[in-house]
Amino acid sequence: MMDLLVKITASVSANAIIWFARFITAVRGTWVNITPSRRKRVYFANHTSNGDFILLWTVLPAHIRKTTRPVAAADYWITSKLKTFIGRHVVKAVLIDRNPKTRTEDPIEMILAALDQGSSLILFPEGRRNMTNEKMLPFKPGLFHLAENRPEVELVPCWIENLNRVLPKGEIIPIPFACTVRFGAPMHLQKGEGKQAFLARAEQQVLALSPANGGNDG
Amino acid sequence: MDSYQTNLFTLFSGLAAVLIIASLIGFVLARRQPADSDSNVIENLNARIKAWWVMIAVIGLAFVWGRHGVILLFGYLSFAGLREFIALTNTKRADHLVLAAAFYIVLPLQYFFIWIDWYGMFSIFIPVYAYLLLPIVAVLRGEVKNFLIRVAEVQWALMITVYCVSYVPALLSLDIVGYEGQNILLIAFLVLVVQSSDVLQYVWGKLVGKVKIAPRLSPSKTVEGFAGGVLSATLVGACLWWMTPFGFFQAGLLALVISLMGFFGGLVMSAIKRDRGIKDWGNTIAGHGGFIDRLDSVIFSAPIFFHIVRFYWSV
Repeated sequence: MMDLLVKITASVSANAIIWFARFITAVRGTWVNITPSRRKRVYFANHTSNGDFILLWTVLPAHIRKTTRPVAAADYWITSKLKTFIGRHVVKAVLIDRNPKTRTEDPIEMILAALDQGSSLILFPEGRRNMTNEKMLPFKPGLFHLAENRPEVELVPCWIENLNRVLPKGEIIPIPFACTVRFGAPMHLQKGEGKQAFLARAEQQVLALSPANGGNDG
Repeated sequence: MDSYQTNLFTLFSGLAAVLIIASLIGFVLARRQPADSDSNVIENLNARIKAWWVMIAVIGLAFVWGRHGVILLFGYLSFAGLREFIALTNTKRADHLVLAAAFYIVLPLQYFFIWIDWYGMFSIFIPVYAYLLLPIVAVLRGEVKNFLIRVAEVQWALMITVYCVSYVPALLSLDIVGYEGQNILLIAFLVLVVQSSDVLQYVWGKLVGKVKIAPRLSPSKTVEGFAGGVLSATLVGACLWWMTPFGFFQAGLLALVISLMGFFGGLVMSAIKRDRGIKDWGNTIAGHGGFIDRLDSVIFSAPIFFHIVRFYWSV
């Protein structure tokens, strides 16, 4: 009974979140050299706002959204009851502990386990929100380990445009801005490709989708 | 049925007839197109026709709901337009409060003043109060970089997407002797003339268009399309005189003013898009681009149409 109640509340909340995101951002997904698919994928994107994965999640077709889970920081998501509920039941986040000293489970293992259970994932390889004037922070090595261990999984670069303007850090009122999520061609680890080379290529793929680099939709 | 309802009914059945014919033509063209053709003109045409059905249905529903439905509909269009416009501006973090005020205070208040029929307020609220108070809010954060540009952009965004658009439902507040309770038909007249002018310019341009009228702004607009479109839209407007308080020639003259304002308004909005390096304001409406792409000509003609009618016909 309780389970059912949680399920219903979670599904209603998911829809409310999606409609709110659409109302504020009129978000649209643009698929460049790739089509939406149920195939097992890891979507990796630039990270400027806590709403990033909600936006990415919103533009995924519903049947794909159902099996796609964000990888998120436990220290952010388990701070209040509401956030814990959303994190655990609504978006079913893979919650990882960013602090190597306190953590009991290896984040990479958790991510691989989630993939093996059949989920696709949303990942922000910068590791934290980008508050600088740079377009992106350097990627953490997690994406590389993932590509190495699960070579069959498609790694899909994504660019999220404008969301940082909706709700800059420290503000509480979201401002409606038209936002876009752009998906690029899937990539894999190439034979003999080293960690640095792979991460640099991944960063390049994401940046190539940003509007200043011709990622604007014709 | 009184004459108002008869007119409304005639109008919508006429529109449905035109759209049915357009849909049939689009269907036949799509069938006759060779499978290997990579031209997407016909695909785009059919997407536009489909979007037309939806737009007519939405406007029809708002009309059935009456005055309040129309106000809410255009209030939403303002919101969606402002959302598209603001995304293109240079606004910074320091403008957060200004933008919040634009969306959550100025926009609702403007439509509230129209709701309560307060002409003295809605006609000056944005150019006087919003224009003076918003820069004050902006200056309090102390960010001076690009100050004039940022302030001007927000002011223009409000002018275009809120103030001008709100003149459409404001038509409902005009008191015209012998036309009481029928003002919704004025909106129908305005929207119909503007949109048919757009469509007819497109059609004339595709059929006989040769000389580009503003190659740097809008490569698809031609002199032939402009002349043919404006003149035939004037004729359409004149032929709609029966649903307005105007005579045949008066209706034609107003339609001419509306089409001209609409055309040049479209050019102004194109210049903004070119400057910011985009083709459409959005892609919310299939085949049409964003909300502003469909509203641009209404935006420039509505306030002028309102004030001409108010000056010569209203008591």
